[in-house]
Amino acid sequence: MNNSVAKEKIVSLRKKRSLEDMRFKYYGFTAMCLSLAVLVFLLYTIFSKGYTAFQKTIVLLEVDYNQDVLKLTPDSSDEEMEKGKFFRVKKQAIENFFPDLSKSDIKLVKKLFSINADNEIKDYFLDNPEVINTKQQIWVTAHSDVDQLLKGNSRRDVPEDRRKLNDIQLSYVDQLVEENRVKQVFNNFFFTKADSRHPEIAGVAGSFMGSLFTLFTVFILSFPIAIGASVYLEEFAPKNRITELIEVNISNLAAVPSIVFGLLGLGVLLNVFGLPRSTPLVGGSVLALMTLPTIIIACRASLKAVPPSIKEGALAVGATKTQAVFHHVVPLALPGTLTGTIIGLAQALGETAPLIMIGMIAFIPNIPTGLTEPSAALPVQIYLWVESAERGFQEKSAAAIMVILIFLFMMNAIAVFLRNRFERKW
Amino acid sequence: MFFWSLVLIAVGIFSSFIYGRSRIKLNSKKQGTKSKSLPTYYAQYVLMWCLFPALIVYFSWAIFQEQIIQNIVISNFEFIEGAVYNEGLLLAEIRNVANNPSFADGKSIEIINAASHYSSLRQISQISFYTSIIIIMLLGALYASQKLKPEFHAQHTIERYIQYILIFCSSVAIFTTIGIVFSLIFESLRFFAEVSIFEFLFSTEWYPFIPIREGQTAAEGSFGAVPIFAGTFLVMVVAMCVAVPLGLLTAIYLAEYASQRVRKTVKPLLEILAGIPTIVYGFFAFVSVAPFVKAFGQSIGIDASPTSALAAGMVMGVMIIPFISSLSDDVINSVPQSLREASLGIGANKAETIKKVILPAALPGIVGAFLLAISRAIGETMIVVVAAGTAPNLTGNPFENVTTVTVQIVVALIGDQEFDNPRTLSAFALGLVLFVITLFLNIIALQIVKRYRERYE
Repeated sequence: MNNSVAKEKIVSLRKKRSLEDMRFKYYGFTAMCLSLAVLVFLLYTIFSKGYTAFQKTIVLLEVDYNQDVLKLTPDSSDEEMEKGKFFRVKKQAIENFFPDLSKSDIKLVKKLFSINADNEIKDYFLDNPEVINTKQQIWVTAHSDVDQLLKGNSRRDVPEDRRKLNDIQLSYVDQLVEENRVKQVFNNFFFTKADSRHPEIAGVAGSFMGSLFTLFTVFILSFPIAIGASVYLEEFAPKNRITELIEVNISNLAAVPSIVFGLLGLGVLLNVFGLPRSTPLVGGSVLALMTLPTIIIACRASLKAVPPSIKEGALAVGATKTQAVFHHVVPLALPGTLTGTIIGLAQALGETAPLIMIGMIAFIPNIPTGLTEPSAALPVQIYLWVESAERGFQEKSAAAIMVILIFLFMMNAIAVFLRNRFERKW
Repeated sequence: MFFWSLVLIAVGIFSSFIYGRSRIKLNSKKQGTKSKSLPTYYAQYVLMWCLFPALIVYFSWAIFQEQIIQNIVISNFEFIEGAVYNEGLLLAEIRNVANNPSFADGKSIEIINAASHYSSLRQISQISFYTSIIIIMLLGALYASQKLKPEFHAQHTIERYIQYILIFCSSVAIFTTIGIVFSLIFESLRFFAEVSIFEFLFSTEWYPFIPIREGQTAAEGSFGAVPIFAGTFLVMVVAMCVAVPLGLLTAIYLAEYASQRVRKTVKPLLEILAGIPTIVYGFFAFVSVAPFVKAFGQSIGIDASPTSALAAGMVMGVMIIPFISSLSDDVINSVPQSLREASLGIGANKAETIKKVILPAALPGIVGAFLLAISRAIGETMIVVVAAGTAPNLTGNPFENVTTVTVQIVVALIGDQEFDNPRTLSAFALGLVLFVITLFLNIIALQIVKRYRERYE
């Protein structure tokens, strides 16, 4: 009898223990799934908030290019045409379109069109000067408030004083929609324009170029220095205190918060050396210093992976140590160092805080063309748009995130490709 | 200007290389002896003597030219008695007029004079820049060509030079650290000259509103950083509460339970999570998590603000998950297989082995990973800038707005930077605190991990 009680006890204990085992396993599984679910949710949020930014709303206007209104004649020179009174043509087009408008309403209706509409009317005219004194149907960009309303990003049912568009404006928008004078097309501005105060004509081209210039600077500075440093530490450095100091230094620098590097850039590069503020040159230098430890660690790993027999072979046939290293070891380690550099560059691309410190947060409405010109960078642009109160910028920030993620994905794909294509297994 | 000078330098090094090569061949033919090293080493020797002095001139010109010109222009400026000038604005105006003659309309005669002075100085500087680069390259090549004799060991010299270059590259890391420490301490000392260090570290009032321009009246600023440290701590605790269980359990599952296939798919996915820029997490916190936290707080009767420690901390925790999981994964994997087998061999099941054998054995390494994660959470900027708010609240309520060290650094440096104003300088004092704490955590963590590794190797 005693025996069976003991047996029962053992069985129930075993059951309990194996249940415990199962439970523990499922805790782990759940934790993993939760982490991945957050990743999916994050990507979903970005996509669902951002995809609308790739479309813009345009409105059909009938524009009368009357020469008296424009203050131009058919034989005006190009310079005169540049100065034509296109805003008056736009105003007239709006008035003709809604014939029974009072003065105050005209102002309201004008706010349905983008500030850029004048330019679009003008550009059409400059491309086709023969349309003078004729009426043309032209699609012009709508104001961001209209755009957001039609995309469903801003709601109609909130009280009038908390809405961007009041009831009168809403009724005009509805009238436009009813007459099929509104449509959504691909938003070319997003890819061709720099930042703007007006969401409907703000784009990522400026900050994208800024990021490219910054990454170029990072590459130029960090790649040679990282290779030099890792070759020295891996192949030449004597085992002494100074070498150890350098190694400890590198591993500690890797853990210094990025914002501290920003303070370094501000305190030393801007204030002591007087380099130009807000430029890719300074931003790239700061990011190069920041990514240097990452790249050095990757370079050292790939140098270490080259078997010593290769170096020894070179030494055996009479090469000096420098020759053995630079003619044999470094070329074999090059794919690995490049991979490490690209991963470092990807890290640099997403850094925001150091760039804010050195002033790349300034509002730059044009596309930079050089390293020493003030410019924005993609992550800072996203920050500016996230912080902006204007509703139209939210979808822009999500779309800019999509651009930066695609960029990052491509860089990582190149790194993986390089690794798979050129990496040798010894 | 600097592009063409690069072209100039490129031409210089190319021709010096060719020159060195042909010269040594000629010399050894003349003397009838073979040179000690291959001709290309002599060529490289000339090249280095041509290139490096030129680079030094190039960089010093690039760094100092503008400052020197500005100083000369300002010191020669005809100041009008009694008028107040802002040097920065004045310089900007002079530069504008100099670069763009159409801006000259309506500007005072002094400014137009200064602008023409400025552009003439720039011209002089450019001409002397090109001449000095050419002269320095010629001098370098001349010096080197003295040595182009067959009995000169060019290869030895070149290899010594290469060593110097490599040593310089490695010491960039040290220069960086010195630069960081120097800039932080220097500006912090200026800050502590105006604000006492005890007030900064122990007072609980943070109101850094000091009049930006002279003559503006505002309350005196007060710089007690305790609420900022408390906010940083609160956000960090929330983040660790999310990241530690998720990260550690994920690591255990991946290391001990998951099949090879699951490991191979999940690890890269977690790496994606690690590679996402922090501003993207900030956007996520701001758009999705913060409204959710607010709604949740309201549903349980707590008045949550639109930006809160909880929202920022949770998202920061997600950001740290891959960091903790990959570090712990490494640590768990380096626990010797014999420990595992011994435990399974005496009849323990997997969970018991993990909990009673592997985790205790791996504990130091895991603690090291946690410390590194904490140091990263403290230094993280963009998530908290976007989602935690800027109000210095001394609170333990995670639904409230708090501010962190990094946020205050950003707030102090966005907009007008005036380096004689404690508000701007406070960023450097906060940066110093941040640097010291993260360095400290990092050193301890690395020590722990190192000792742990030694134990099992």
